[in-house]
Amino acid sequence: MLAGAQAQSKYMTKTGRVSFFSATPIEDIEAKSQQTAAILDFGTGQLAFSVPIKSFVFRRTLMQEHFNENYLESDKFPKATFTGRFVGFDAATLATTGPHNVPVEGDLTLHGVTHHIQVPASVELKSGQLLAFATFPVASADYNIEIPLLVRNNIAKVVTVSVALSCAPVAAAVGATTAPR
Amino acid sequence: MTQNLYPSRGFLGLLLAGLLALASPARAQTDLLQDLEKQTADSTRREVVAATFKGTHIINSQSVETPGQGTLAFLIQHRFGTLNSGAYNFFGLDQAVLRLSFEYGLTNRLAVGIGRSNIEKTFDGFLKYRALQQTSGARPMPVSVTLFASAAITTLKFGTLPTERTTASRLDYAYQVLIARKVSPGLSVQLMPTLIHRNFVPLAGMQNDVYSIGGGLRQKLTKRIALTADYFYVLPGYAADNFRNALGAGVDIETGGHVFQLHFTNAQGMTEKFFIPQTSGDFFNGDIYFGFTVARNFTVKSQLK
Repeated sequence: MLAGAQAQSKYMTKTGRVSFFSATPIEDIEAKSQQTAAILDFGTGQLAFSVPIKSFVFRRTLMQEHFNENYLESDKFPKATFTGRFVGFDAATLATTGPHNVPVEGDLTLHGVTHHIQVPASVELKSGQLLAFATFPVASADYNIEIPLLVRNNIAKVVTVSVALSCAPVAAAVGATTAPR
Repeated sequence: MTQNLYPSRGFLGLLLAGLLALASPARAQTDLLQDLEKQTADSTRREVVAATFKGTHIINSQSVETPGQGTLAFLIQHRFGTLNSGAYNFFGLDQAVLRLSFEYGLTNRLAVGIGRSNIEKTFDGFLKYRALQQTSGARPMPVSVTLFASAAITTLKFGTLPTERTTASRLDYAYQVLIARKVSPGLSVQLMPTLIHRNFVPLAGMQNDVYSIGGGLRQKLTKRIALTADYFYVLPGYAADNFRNALGAGVDIETGGHVFQLHFTNAQGMTEKFFIPQTSGDFFNGDIYFGFTVARNFTVKSQLK
């Protein structure tokens, strides 16, 4: 089992969870997506994410509409993406059980704007699945997401984004048709 | 701080790219993303085109939109008197006609509504069902189709008539097929074949069934402001000969949880049985009612589990 796990270096999911949370004294806003696609390659230390903006579900239907129509403009910018790498992570440590903290750095593209960010993450290999978690702040102004004056007190300037993935191993050959669902 | 780093990073990257063109990590990352996009690309995937109109009404007419599941919309619709009624009536602002209504999304496709107009003390109830939703992607559905059925009952006391009217004679029905297409993110158009059935008509020669074809549009000016218009052409008959086609033009303004719709129209009634077969105002002669609709949405049941 362990040997197999070590030989496996690439993990993928199409149903990763990404949520964000905006907290203000007036109201809390939360949205969740369960359609995040991600590849983590421990062989090269690279990783990539792609989140369809329209997959975010809000508590209020009208909020979801405004999020797509006015804020994130999902017709124009249908996906948020991240490409980056693990910083100083030895793939061999995955063999040890339990979560391992690892910094990730790379480019986050949101609403057509790209910023280089650094994010603390944790990864863990558990029964053949790679679990990955990260939480980081995103300031809407950095990504040209305009918030009108009238609702400025209802929406936090900085929202907290949480990522939770459970990835299945991918066969070494690129383009493998594994579809973990 | 990080912003200051960008120019130097870019410059360095340019130098390095010349030397290590293929080993550049940026390139490998892009490849990984492309790889991911390739694997997640689903050629059969279709996406629903949302927000064809901002509100559940365009001006007089219903739009294809319904409140989402668990959403309760409270609408206040208002028409002042005609602009040409003169200074004595403060150009119409002295008079007001009102319809209050609630609309609730039982599912994302099915909505129910109730309303009360002060014209003829009319209650109305309706069902709206989104039969088709416009989609993009593989084999896209070009239009959204919403079916609309409404019943309206007047609760007026007809004391002056020889006999008080029966309950059945107080009922009117409206049936519509709302066909809409969001042509671009800014422009949406709608076509509305309509049948109005009236159980009782006061004069001989008046039709019990009035057929009409309506058209509506929405053009966004900014993300939150849009121009709207709707029009009902009444098919030839008594109603067409003795009444006018309803025309409305207006502006939608969206603020947080509200949609404000301000408009000018020649129709005073706000249920189908009034504005389609019984509009009397001549829009181009100044018989124009200024009006507004305010919609406030309440979330009764959260979409998130």
